[in-house]
Amino acid sequence: MTRNFIFTVAVIAGFSLPVAAQVDLSGSWQSKNHEDALERGAGPNPADFTGIPFNDAGRAKALGYSQSEISMPERVCAFYSQWHMMIGTFGLKMWNEVDPLTGKTIAWVVGSWEDRDAMTIWMDGRPRPSKNAPHSQAGFTLGTWDNNVLTAVTTHMLTGYLRRNGVMTSDQAVMTTHFIKHGDMLTLASSLEDPIYLSEPYYITRTFVSAPNLMNSGGPPCIPGDEGVPPRSVPHYLPGKNPLLNELPTIYHIPQEAAMGGAETAYPAFREKIKDKFTMAPKCTKNCGGPPAAGRGN
Amino acid sequence: MKNRIAIGVCVVMASCLPLMAQGRGGRGGGGGTPKSAAPYDLTGYWISIVDEDWRFRMVMPPPGDYMGVPMTAEAGRVAAAWDPAKDEASGDVCKAYGAASLLRQPGILHISWQDDNTLKVEMDTGKQTRLFHFGNFKAPSGPASLQGDSVASWETAGVRSLKVDTSNLKAGYLRKNGVPYSENAKVEEYYDVLKEPHGETMLVVTTSVTDPQYLSQPFIVTSHFKKQPSDAGWNPQACSAKW
Repeated sequence: MTRNFIFTVAVIAGFSLPVAAQVDLSGSWQSKNHEDALERGAGPNPADFTGIPFNDAGRAKALGYSQSEISMPERVCAFYSQWHMMIGTFGLKMWNEVDPLTGKTIAWVVGSWEDRDAMTIWMDGRPRPSKNAPHSQAGFTLGTWDNNVLTAVTTHMLTGYLRRNGVMTSDQAVMTTHFIKHGDMLTLASSLEDPIYLSEPYYITRTFVSAPNLMNSGGPPCIPGDEGVPPRSVPHYLPGKNPLLNELPTIYHIPQEAAMGGAETAYPAFREKIKDKFTMAPKCTKNCGGPPAAGRGN
Repeated sequence: MKNRIAIGVCVVMASCLPLMAQGRGGRGGGGGTPKSAAPYDLTGYWISIVDEDWRFRMVMPPPGDYMGVPMTAEAGRVAAAWDPAKDEASGDVCKAYGAASLLRQPGILHISWQDDNTLKVEMDTGKQTRLFHFGNFKAPSGPASLQGDSVASWETAGVRSLKVDTSNLKAGYLRKNGVPYSENAKVEEYYDVLKEPHGETMLVVTTSVTDPQYLSQPFIVTSHFKKQPSDAGWNPQACSAKW
């Protein structure tokens, strides 16, 4: 009798506790590119560094970047770190990995998508690798639950894009991502700290929606290819020679001091600084979005 | 011996149960007023960090730039007729400061409790005030307004969060260049507070706007704010149709 009682209690406890401490994030999550649609789709304008809190080194790195750099065979597939989950256009496929012996979730996985490797969020309390351990595009991620929010901290990434126009993260970057589920919406709130290129953390928040249809992870893998860059050549711009600095001032009339970024450009008070230098640009003619009836999809 | 084991198991279970209950409700699941039942502190000053949709928020976007908004054809026609000078002439300079888009404006939020059942959200940009009513709030019958009627509740099943549903809105703009929402629009919001490992406290607001007239699907954006230690920088500014 007592044995049965203990068994029953143990079974109830065993089934209840993990459920009480976690939310089921598994499923297919469709990306809603309603914000930063151009940046996440076709890609940002060259030399658009608005809102980027980078330091002088980060800005210099970005200004030296030529988009042709990713046409080098060895760099076609580079730069897509886990941060690409926040700035790319793709949805998310998530599932939990279960220990076959205990039935406990030992990891949450955000499946890969083309250029971005899978993010395995270890929940089993394993130690983080030594700071001298090899880095990879996937990096290493540990997760914890707090208030039913899954928080994942990623280290050991290779250098990658912060924005897909040459704003870079170093291999010292630390990415923190909160997974917040509200009904059929999944909000990801990420911050990125980088002692090499940023003066303060950079924040991005995105919302995904539960997809009715199965979404498969993976997709066509990134395949390196020859896109015509001569061997032993690294496309770049020398300091002071970037020819694309006037893209934002020309297209959107955004003052160049805003386009060049820096932490202050992300704060409301910065508007006062550029108010007298700004005039509204003429009617949009390219990359304008709008209703499908106008022949311009979202 | 068997009794001691049984008692031991019961003690362990008893110590676990409150944790289980907390996961499903925490403070928000208890009694008291909405103010006393708040699962976290939303009050204080929060500054918006504008590193998304920068060119739509920090400066005036050009006419016809609707990138990312799932507009209907009718919305396209209305937006094409946008004329800020006309809005100024008619006194409608606050159309981009309504509940559906206010938090996309760069500015500082001041959140406080007006009373035990009402959370007040003020924004310096546009000098706007939203009131989130908890409990059995019944909106007084009256004309639609810029900030509408907002019904709030503490979500306790899952992520403990503030949920706000807003309706009875006066028509306005989702973006300052005339992307419209109608008086039939409804706004669903979640307010989450996050502790960052580097010490910052962040407020993340997930906003879903539904409008069968002007949106082909819910328009979903997420805005983030950083907690401020004081009211430094609080700078009330009137609405503007041109900036």
